[in-house]
Amino acid sequence: MAERAAEAEAGVEVDALSKHYKVHKRPPGTLAALRSLWSRSYETVRAVDGLSFSIAPGERVGFLGPNGAGKTTTLKVLSGLLYPTQGQVRVAGHTPQQREVRFLKRITLVMGQKQQLLWDLPPSETYALNRAIYDVSRGDFEATMKELTELLDLGPLLGKPTRQLSLGERMKCELAAALLHRPRVLFLDEPTIGLDVNMQAAMRDFIRAYNERHGATVILTSHYMADVLALCPRVIVIDKGKLLYDGDLKALARRISPDKLVTLELRAPVAAPDLSKFGVVVEHGEHRAALRVPQTGLQAAIAGLLAALPVEDLTVVDPPLEDVMRQLFASTSASTSTSTSTGESTSTSTDAG
Amino acid sequence: MSRVGAYTAILRIGLAEAVAYRAEFLVWMLTTTMPLVMLALWTAVAASGGPFQGFHQADFVAYYLAAMIVRTVTSTWVVWQMNQEIRMGTLSLRLLRPIHPFIAYSAEHLAAIPLRAALALPVAVILLLTAGGGHVVQADPVRIGALLGALAGAWLLLFLTMLVIGTLGLYLERSLAIYEVWWGLFAVMSGYLVPLELMPGWLRGASDYLPFRSMLGFPIELMIGRLSRADALRELGLQWGWVVVLLLLTVVAWRRGLRRFEAFGA
Repeated sequence: MAERAAEAEAGVEVDALSKHYKVHKRPPGTLAALRSLWSRSYETVRAVDGLSFSIAPGERVGFLGPNGAGKTTTLKVLSGLLYPTQGQVRVAGHTPQQREVRFLKRITLVMGQKQQLLWDLPPSETYALNRAIYDVSRGDFEATMKELTELLDLGPLLGKPTRQLSLGERMKCELAAALLHRPRVLFLDEPTIGLDVNMQAAMRDFIRAYNERHGATVILTSHYMADVLALCPRVIVIDKGKLLYDGDLKALARRISPDKLVTLELRAPVAAPDLSKFGVVVEHGEHRAALRVPQTGLQAAIAGLLAALPVEDLTVVDPPLEDVMRQLFASTSASTSTSTSTGESTSTSTDAG
Repeated sequence: MSRVGAYTAILRIGLAEAVAYRAEFLVWMLTTTMPLVMLALWTAVAASGGPFQGFHQADFVAYYLAAMIVRTVTSTWVVWQMNQEIRMGTLSLRLLRPIHPFIAYSAEHLAAIPLRAALALPVAVILLLTAGGGHVVQADPVRIGALLGALAGAWLLLFLTMLVIGTLGLYLERSLAIYEVWWGLFAVMSGYLVPLELMPGWLRGASDYLPFRSMLGFPIELMIGRLSRADALRELGLQWGWVVVLLLLTVVAWRRGLRRFEAFGA
């Protein structure tokens, strides 16, 4: 019973979701522009195509995919901005596109490239406005403001006009504005875009702390794999609007790239054939070399390397997540290239008149 | 805190923003001077050739200054704002908030009126009184009440028209072209350029079946005492009838249009 109530408050259910756009296409040039006045050709873009998944309350899930995979479109459907073309969506016990007040009070969508802060006024004015719009009591507002100010170090920023804040400062203030009503479901679309490494780390720490303190569900898209690694035990990978993978991030990395990267610091130069006996050589210098070694043969390879070569130091790491993703998308685009050429992901129609 | 609290907060922020955008404010001041240009033109006509179709010099002065007052207190620019927000996708931020975008727009736009009125109205009222328009001030509580209702109705009609045209941005790539067409009709049919009484009969007849006069000509005529009490109340009823029609049109266009919103950008 209690579980069902929590589900209603912060769970996400997506069943066979599709979102198609009709896009007007025309070649460049004045002649084409004039021709498009009476004859237009449209293309139906299947941004999301039969996507299903469910997310339990309090989970942190990374939404991954190449540009144009349908990540942002899915987040926009989940937050009620877009109507689905087909399929069912439930978020926090509501149908998002109905945009009920109670639903809107339970969610937030942070878009790294869009801002809700009032440009010419200090962030404190946006916070006061949000307090009124979200109907937050003064006591709750003050407690939340105190918590956000501490966690994000907002103190010196609250009274400066937004236009005078740096990008990083602005993003911190944006995040505070988005969380002032204590949403139960957070949709974060590239929340660390354009931020320096320190600021990215601070944002990640904050998002994790918010999730742990309030048990809020977090769904995040990011091109920075460090964000995903630090925040999301589970990832949903999509490409061309379809689900490629849903599950544990580490298991995905092992499945796609079952090799480990072994880096060697060498006391003396070693010939390439001596190295390649133990794995695939990916780097070879006088005093440094790197090998890709399958997980299964890792122990034997390490023992052999240490016994046979003048090794000063040896480290074993997982291959970078960026490489894993690149491999994953490369393999799927190769396998789907035949189906796209037959028009599975797009279709074209012409409308004269 | 209630819905009233949210509305008051938006009004307060709107006022703060109106003060912040000083350059935009000055440009707006320049755009409201059209009635003054027409005033100069028509008083010159009346001065050189005597009254024009019953309109004396003082009548023109009263008419155009009243026009300036009505335009000032009924100003809104929501159609440009909506077009921009739909094209850039920033309407998304508005849709995420638990307050209807139309309610928020209305508060933002009403917030700017007091400041604009504080600067434009004293000039217009002083001119109106000193230039022989004193006879227009009528101490009739019914007419004064009707005038307040007519000004509120005129603002609502202009605001709703702009919302409908703005909402068309969800269906068309650019709805501002439609607004330009509407504005051309408004300038002629509302009494903005020339008082409707001086227009050809067929055009005056047509204006009886359209909402333009309710948006400007009617409150002006009421303000300068060119309507009988009975006519004023009848016109007021008609005006608020148009408000209801446009409100329904706006709601239908919005609900259907929202399904087509593509939340561009980001």
